Amino acid sequence: MNAYDIVRKSREKGRPTAQQYIDKMVEGFIELHGDRRFADDAAVIGGIGLIGGRPVTVIGIEKGADTKSKVARNFGCAHPEGYRKAVRLMKEAEKFHRPVLCFVDTSGAYCGISAEERGQSEAIATSIIDMIRLRTPALTLIIGEGGSGGALALSAADEVWITETSTYSVISPEGCASILWKDASKVAQAAECLKMTASDLLQLGAVERVIPEQGFSDEFYAGLKEQISAFLEEKCSVPADRLVEERYARFRKF
Amino acid sequence: MNFEDLKKFFFRKPKNALEGSEDAAPGTQQPAPSEAAIPEKLAEKCEKCGQIVLSDELRDNFGICPKCGHYKKLDARARIALCAENFTELFADIEGGNPLEFPGYEEKLASLRAKTGEKDGVVCGTATIGGVEVALFSMDYRFQMGSMGYAVGEKIAALFEYATAHGLPVVGFVLSGGARMQEGIVSLMQMAKTSAAVAKHDEAGLLYIAVLTDPTTGGVSASFAFEADIIIAEKGALIGFAGPRVIEQTIRQKLPPGFQRAEFLQEKGFVDRIVGRREMPALLAALLQLHAAPAAGEQTEETA
Repeated sequence: MNAYDIVRKSREKGRPTAQQYIDKMVEGFIELHGDRRFADDAAVIGGIGLIGGRPVTVIGIEKGADTKSKVARNFGCAHPEGYRKAVRLMKEAEKFHRPVLCFVDTSGAYCGISAEERGQSEAIATSIIDMIRLRTPALTLIIGEGGSGGALALSAADEVWITETSTYSVISPEGCASILWKDASKVAQAAECLKMTASDLLQLGAVERVIPEQGFSDEFYAGLKEQISAFLEEKCSVPADRLVEERYARFRKF
Repeated sequence: MNFEDLKKFFFRKPKNALEGSEDAAPGTQQPAPSEAAIPEKLAEKCEKCGQIVLSDELRDNFGICPKCGHYKKLDARARIALCAENFTELFADIEGGNPLEFPGYEEKLASLRAKTGEKDGVVCGTATIGGVEVALFSMDYRFQMGSMGYAVGEKIAALFEYATAHGLPVVGFVLSGGARMQEGIVSLMQMAKTSAAVAKHDEAGLLYIAVLTDPTTGGVSASFAFEADIIIAEKGALIGFAGPRVIEQTIRQKLPPGFQRAEFLQEKGFVDRIVGRREMPALLAALLQLHAAPAAGEQTEETA
């Protein structure tokens, strides 16, 4: 598969979304709504549940599975209130020393009048800086598209993992081709140049693990759940000061 | 500080790399630019009103069009000269490469370096503003509209670390179209890296003032630009996450006039204060002095 094949795969219809990961791996998930400022953004799911017997705060950008839910979820393009809900839930997790797990799947933060009016930049900036200094473990899993600042907002974690046909990039290959070469037909070339596939990202140090997808079988979810459990187990024993210091170093190296 | 004072120190320093550095303030480490031989323009057209204005007159007027009042963009060093004194550059040697081996990027960088005399899109250092020592950064529109790749991110992160280590406030003159596409994920990571450095500075109890100038958008807007204690916007500046063209394409409608301008941002509650270019040095000086005064708690401890 070339880079553009992977881009297409990362957006494919029927690919599991955050909700499905939650259903398969998080026991007794209780969804919590709203940013306590303006509204509840359906593009971001948040709540608390158990993974391997441990309470975990789970936050996911949700694209929706069918047309109706895609519209309701704004196709996984979050508004500022989505990021503010995420930060609110992360801080609640921090208070109770509970780890945070984020699922990222978005073509990018929503760009439109409403998002700008309510401070999309400020919401993303605050999410990044508050997640970086979160005094509790945080793990992010990119499960489809990791589109730019809207993905980074929930990826300032101790580690970032990615499933094998997911992408993570500063810009979409379409955007890159049209801005740089004023030529939409060069999308495949742009996808190649941006080094946005899981294997490229691993090489660049932007992600720590590439998770084989195994056709999204039950074995896939079981294995992933085990890896997440083990990771959180390990991180939960690290003192908060060191955790934050290590997270800082993770990003300082770029 | 009155207008005449401003004018005086504005004249004292070179405005940009093209103007030579023989009258540079002591301590300025900037080497003489190699492009000094390029003849200066005598007159230019205002980008807004289209009228011809004398370049000298425009420069003496802080880049404000004498005919229509439009603000011409200031390059990084002109902005520093307008707002600060005793500037000493830091991290001048930091420069970026081509981390993704993006086709054509090295040539692009080389030509921008030759054209501007700068290694990348930000100038950092220490200075005084209203007598208060500060660490400052100033972004340069001439370098891919101040886009952030490794060099910009590294210099800004290093400046915040320097300020944290030396107990200095940071004043940041922000100007950027966003992340630098040609550095891909590396440029995205600069948003997190700079944010991490801002977090440490913040936790040390130090002041950070961001001055958002035209334009402040994309990945820079969505990171250190909006992480400051005080956010000032220059009058009329375009400030937003997505650029207006991208929004118009996405929603397929025209944007209302004034959308994403500084005044809109203040109305919506996202910037503390709008300031005209002439008033900016005095406002920064006043804010820095207010923050330099001993705080209630500190005073009690010291006198106890």
